[in-house]
Amino acid sequence: MSVAHAAPAVPENLSWQGGSEPLKASYGKLMMWFFLLSDTFTFSALLITYGMIRFSQPAWQGTPHDFYFATTHWPIPEKVFEAVPFLHGISLPLVFVGIMTFILIASSVTMVLAVEAGHRGDRKDVEKWMLWTIVGGFTFLGSQAWEWGHFIHGPEDLTLAAKQIIDGVSTPIEGANLVRNPYGPPAFADLFFFITGFHGTHVFSGVLLNILIFFNAATGVYERRGHYEMVEKVGLYWHFVDLVWVFVFTFFYLV
Amino acid sequence: MASHVAHGTSEKEIAAPNTGAIWKTFWILLVLTGIEFVIAFTMAASTLRVAIFCGMTIVKAFYIVGEFMHLKHEVKSLIWAVLIPTVFVVWLLVALIYEGGHLY
Repeated sequence: MSVAHAAPAVPENLSWQGGSEPLKASYGKLMMWFFLLSDTFTFSALLITYGMIRFSQPAWQGTPHDFYFATTHWPIPEKVFEAVPFLHGISLPLVFVGIMTFILIASSVTMVLAVEAGHRGDRKDVEKWMLWTIVGGFTFLGSQAWEWGHFIHGPEDLTLAAKQIIDGVSTPIEGANLVRNPYGPPAFADLFFFITGFHGTHVFSGVLLNILIFFNAATGVYERRGHYEMVEKVGLYWHFVDLVWVFVFTFFYLV
Repeated sequence: MASHVAHGTSEKEIAAPNTGAIWKTFWILLVLTGIEFVIAFTMAASTLRVAIFCGMTIVKAFYIVGEFMHLKHEVKSLIWAVLIPTVFVVWLLVALIYEGGHLY
């Protein structure tokens, strides 16, 4: 479909024996699809683990208004994630994660615009939209770094933090790590770090790939090659990263 | 895709952008996310709310995979090659959440 050389006509019954493209997709795109499928299983394993552990822990029984952090019940996400940079001390539940979601969806749009520009062979537009996609990726990574920093630091008012018993005295837990956290059972922070961390690693490698594609487009590699299929392939990966975030957002922050 | 290949590297006319479907998908995703927010703050947590969130997430996934990743416009066999394996993921999710509820 999109290879530069003209493929010789291959009889229909021999289509899987070389010379033509099975499933009418190029080798690279097909392999990207199957890689993404395997990556889906990896992310699903993490999210399924989250679901199972969460449902095996006691949930908060009272109203959200009376909720308090304790290691004996699973926290309500909107009570944990309610801070926004530059708006210190104001409770804005889920607003920042909403902004992060918007950033990632927007960068997905600029990516698909770059792919569209590639179809038209419009080098200037490919460069422009790839650059916006890279900016979106870095903005998301920065936001996640802030989110992690805030999460690890824990609530400023220690009377709000979950308690642990040290030498028979009930003491507030300061700061989150893999062993204990001020929000709820240890598994809550473990899953937060693993799921958002694994996704963030994907975003990071996606940004690196996007920079590579931008560099190649800007130096005219794809123009000389005659097609911009690399933009499409990396685009598939970038959209997948956005797709995973949609699921993380729902299952980790909303449900 | 193949049409512009014939032009080679010579300075050629560049077609005007055709981005209507892309922006439509963007607005759909944005509005769905907005509705999720409204539901998160106006509706008490319940099995129904979880079901609504899951349903809306699948709709969003449909638009991202179908339009942005272009799967909707691929051949049927490729669509099934991607979709059928993910059905097992859904099964595992339902099974383990159900089992998880019996653990403690």
